[in-house]
Amino acid sequence: MEPRIGVFVCHCGTNIAGVVDVRRVAEAAAAWPDVVYATEYKFMCSDPGQGMVKDAIVKHNLTRVVVAACSPRMHEPTFRKACAMAGLNPYLFEMANIREHCSWVHEDKEAATLKAIDIVRTSVAKARLLEPLQARVVSVTPKVLVVGGGVAGIQAALDIANAGTKVVLVERSQSIGGHMAQLDKTFPTLDCSACILTPKMVQVAQHPNIDLMTWSEVESVEGFVGNFKVKIRRKARYVDEATCTSCGVCLEKCPKKVPSEFDEGMMTRKSIFRSFPQAVPGKPVIDKESCTYFKNGKCKICEIFCEPKAIRWDDEDRVVEESVGAIIVATGMGLIDPHGLGQWGYGRFPNVLTGLEFERLNNATGPTGGRITCKDGSTPKSVAILHCVGSRDRNHKEYCSRVCCMYALKFAHLIKEKTHATVYNFYIDMRCFGKGYEEFYNRLLHEGVKFIRGKAAYVTNQALTDEETGHLVVSAESTTLGQVLRVPVDMVILASAVAPQKDAEAVARLFGMGRSPDGFFMEKHPKLEPFSTATDGVYLAGSCQSPKDIPDTVAHGAAAASTAMSLISRGTVEVEAAVAEVLTDSCSGCKICQDVCPYGALSFHADTRVAEINGSVCKGCGTCVATCPSGAIVGRHFNDRQILAQIDAAFLW
Amino acid sequence: MGEELKAPKKIQLAMYWAASCGGCDMAVLDVNEKILDIAAVADIRLWPIAMDYKYKDIEKWADGEIDVCLFNGAVRNSEQLHLARLLRQKSKVMVAFGSCASFGGIPGLANLHCKKTIFEAVYGYTASTVNPEGTTPQTHTHVPEGDLHIPEFFDDVYSLAQVIPVEYYVPGCPPTPETVMTAVNAIATGNLPPVGSTIGISKAVCDECKRTKSDKPGIVEFHRPQEIFVDAEKCLLEQGLTCMGSATRGGCGSLCPGVNMPCRGCYGPMPNSLDVGADALSAMTSIVDAAEEGDARAKVGKMVDPLGTFYRFTLPVSMLRRAARPLQG
Amino acid sequence: MSHEFEPRIVVLCCNWCTYAGADLAGTSRMKYAPNVRLVRVMCSGRVDPSFVLRAFQDGADGVLIAGCHPGDCHYINGNLKTLRRYPALETLIAQFGIEPDRMRLEWISAAEGDVFVHVVNEMTEQVRALGPLDWKRRTAMTVPAAESHTAG
Repeated sequence: MEPRIGVFVCHCGTNIAGVVDVRRVAEAAAAWPDVVYATEYKFMCSDPGQGMVKDAIVKHNLTRVVVAACSPRMHEPTFRKACAMAGLNPYLFEMANIREHCSWVHEDKEAATLKAIDIVRTSVAKARLLEPLQARVVSVTPKVLVVGGGVAGIQAALDIANAGTKVVLVERSQSIGGHMAQLDKTFPTLDCSACILTPKMVQVAQHPNIDLMTWSEVESVEGFVGNFKVKIRRKARYVDEATCTSCGVCLEKCPKKVPSEFDEGMMTRKSIFRSFPQAVPGKPVIDKESCTYFKNGKCKICEIFCEPKAIRWDDEDRVVEESVGAIIVATGMGLIDPHGLGQWGYGRFPNVLTGLEFERLNNATGPTGGRITCKDGSTPKSVAILHCVGSRDRNHKEYCSRVCCMYALKFAHLIKEKTHATVYNFYIDMRCFGKGYEEFYNRLLHEGVKFIRGKAAYVTNQALTDEETGHLVVSAESTTLGQVLRVPVDMVILASAVAPQKDAEAVARLFGMGRSPDGFFMEKHPKLEPFSTATDGVYLAGSCQSPKDIPDTVAHGAAAASTAMSLISRGTVEVEAAVAEVLTDSCSGCKICQDVCPYGALSFHADTRVAEINGSVCKGCGTCVATCPSGAIVGRHFNDRQILAQIDAAFLW
Repeated sequence: MGEELKAPKKIQLAMYWAASCGGCDMAVLDVNEKILDIAAVADIRLWPIAMDYKYKDIEKWADGEIDVCLFNGAVRNSEQLHLARLLRQKSKVMVAFGSCASFGGIPGLANLHCKKTIFEAVYGYTASTVNPEGTTPQTHTHVPEGDLHIPEFFDDVYSLAQVIPVEYYVPGCPPTPETVMTAVNAIATGNLPPVGSTIGISKAVCDECKRTKSDKPGIVEFHRPQEIFVDAEKCLLEQGLTCMGSATRGGCGSLCPGVNMPCRGCYGPMPNSLDVGADALSAMTSIVDAAEEGDARAKVGKMVDPLGTFYRFTLPVSMLRRAARPLQG
Repeated sequence: MSHEFEPRIVVLCCNWCTYAGADLAGTSRMKYAPNVRLVRVMCSGRVDPSFVLRAFQDGADGVLIAGCHPGDCHYINGNLKTLRRYPALETLIAQFGIEPDRMRLEWISAAEGDVFVHVVNEMTEQVRALGPLDWKRRTAMTVPAAESHTAG
């Protein structure tokens, strides 16, 4: 039976019709073989637009539908659904992208119209050869993996656990808490970071639905939406969690000191350690890399003093496998390597600190017990806070790190409060966009903090005047005064740029995510789906997607949790029907396809001596189809005939 | 098999050769004593390699007088084209016999060039040519004794089906005796596949190959057969030889791989193939052990003459059919 | 002569990176030469070399294969196979007499709308400079008429 094709050309208001002569496109389509109906309409995706498609399927007995509108990545699901509602198999629908690929990128109306006609003809050529497919429905494993135990991961894990679904929360360091646990106060409310975070951390540890795995890392991810198989490496702790009472004696007795990661290297921890006093879990681990016993075979002091006998020298890494339906990646942010910021004195002058170092300095559990002092123990009389160090800077990171303006204000307030020092903020623009943020800025203006509109060019200790002698000097051009200033200070705090985690590239590959040019993980849609990724079932939470402050991070975590929960609650998911299929009559069992399948979906059947495809593992990439030398594998929905027909129709040759 | 070949009336059989080496005719003899079976069911009306015939003998036949014509060789000049058309007219069933008739074969590789460049080479600059006057063949030459004619040399090499309608294809360079007997049996018993079919199997040479293949075949480096000691057990492709077996229709019994030579692809493309060269190229290079561009370039670059390797027998029937002629000429 | 030659370029691109990158060029309202027609496949690994040959056979003056950057493939490493096939395909088309500049392999991510625009514009000009490939005319295999044979 000859196909009966309906073609619907969308104006998209003036988005398409402003450049492309949509009527001409529809008229051209009406003249092509097998096209029995062609029309144009203002908004095809609107209710009336979809109604037109449904009505025409019934009225004109259409067996194929082509909608020429925006990108299929946008509205293919919409129109597939409309087709299905009118009784047409959704895979008999084809979309022609005449907006993103035509009207929006061309100005010459004639050329754009001719191109639009070519694009629609290409889609019609494919539509003619489309075959109905049945989407397969598979069940969803009711468990969610949350990767990263910062506040985003904590929020997501708690929301899902509270909804009654099991969560595996994996954190690579000893404790959950993330960057938020390192902070002293939070802007703009100045409430104590630990005070609001630690209760949530404890909730995580105690929640019956959360399986907390710290000191662990995700090693591999297989499977697909609803049915992931995840391998998690649980690093050896050398402390038996069931026996340990968290008494902390070992922490005192261990003779080996190493720089504390949690304190940004400003304090030391022991080889047996917990990241910080309120760590969750509170039971320590032994860091094998630095432990004297593991190095020399001697010491075991922790064991000697451990009353409950919880030390286990024979502990080994274990790899556990978890089946989960959804994954939330909440791996957080890193900071730009400050050693690349020598012009601002970092690494050269001891009293030049990063923001996070200052957080620890200011923290009651930090190196000075919360006193703000210079390295020599003196109280600074003047402090400069340099904004946009590495951010909004083409030499480093082009983006705005979003949190610096506000934490700079917070620092200024805290420094004033504790030391009465003069505080200078060197800024490009003040970006105080959140709830209560602008108000906080106004408050600081009245607290006598000095704001200099100009990016600091460099920090030096080369004094030019007596006044500068013995101080650090910040040089900047004040754009309000129109002159270059040299400001002598005792301490410099760099609001250094937020950056993707160092291993973001490997993590992106592990979970099949993309990264945007800034290196952060790429969301599915920047506005409507900032918490989804291009891989179904893998969601994003927090600053691994882009720099975020705490309220945004928490909201993002909750959003990822609710998206994951909607998948879990639905219980089933439709998986790709457009997969590969072996034509056993032509397959000679050369096994070449086995080598090229990224998923190991192909295997050689010993009895039939031909290749076999595991349909639920195949993701439909088509690599085997293009590789098969015998033409013995068909790629459903992207078969050779369909693609060749598209090439043939791409131009009026 | 002899019993099965008893037909009530003898088949009127013609065999002809065009641009070919004669191997296809030898292949008919290679059936050995079974030639008697063929003789039992068929009257061989034309077979230039064995018996002398004149054009006028053929012209005298009635249209359709020949039941089956086995035509081997490609069509490269006007005489071959003329005979192809004449035999088409006289035959009920036309069979493209062998790789040259089916796909253009080895002579088809001349489509990388054109008449002009071939003449320039053959009558011009090759090492063994002495031709100071630059004489090239002319279709008409007047000599005192009269006019001499020789066939016109075409710019292209054609497969048989590119010049006349063909009912069946029997591939092979040459077709193996088994392939020949399969074809003869099919014809004798009338047990023929749909018109346009290739008489043979639909699986690739790999299916008949006895060599062991690993589950993840990969190519570390490409070699030519003379460069390595070939492992007699292991898949040739995995040893880096550009074996066409996975992309080539079987039916030969995997003869070449059986004697440590990579398949050359003489049985032509698989039934669903879009382009046999593209098929083979894609399969062989996709499994090259290279993860980045420079490495891929270095390793794939060691493959000598991809076009000649992948289209050794099939260039005229491939997607691109021939190399582009110079832009203006 | 007639009006200026407009190159016809077929783009065989993957759904996840390059097609999305072209979408981004659109949403960002970037402008580029209207000489390309995209054929979308799910992965650049699906690009059968015969698709490229077919485009040239049809009359394309240029063919662009484009996919995710190596390592960023939505299907882990489908694009790696494209990368491996490409050098042989380059040699092959050269043997067919097609200038190498008529075919390109580019990695264009979903975030690289600007790269897509740059590649399309650059390739359009590159191919324009080469002139029409004119494949059909240059490879026509017209069968001579019956009377041309004169041998007796």
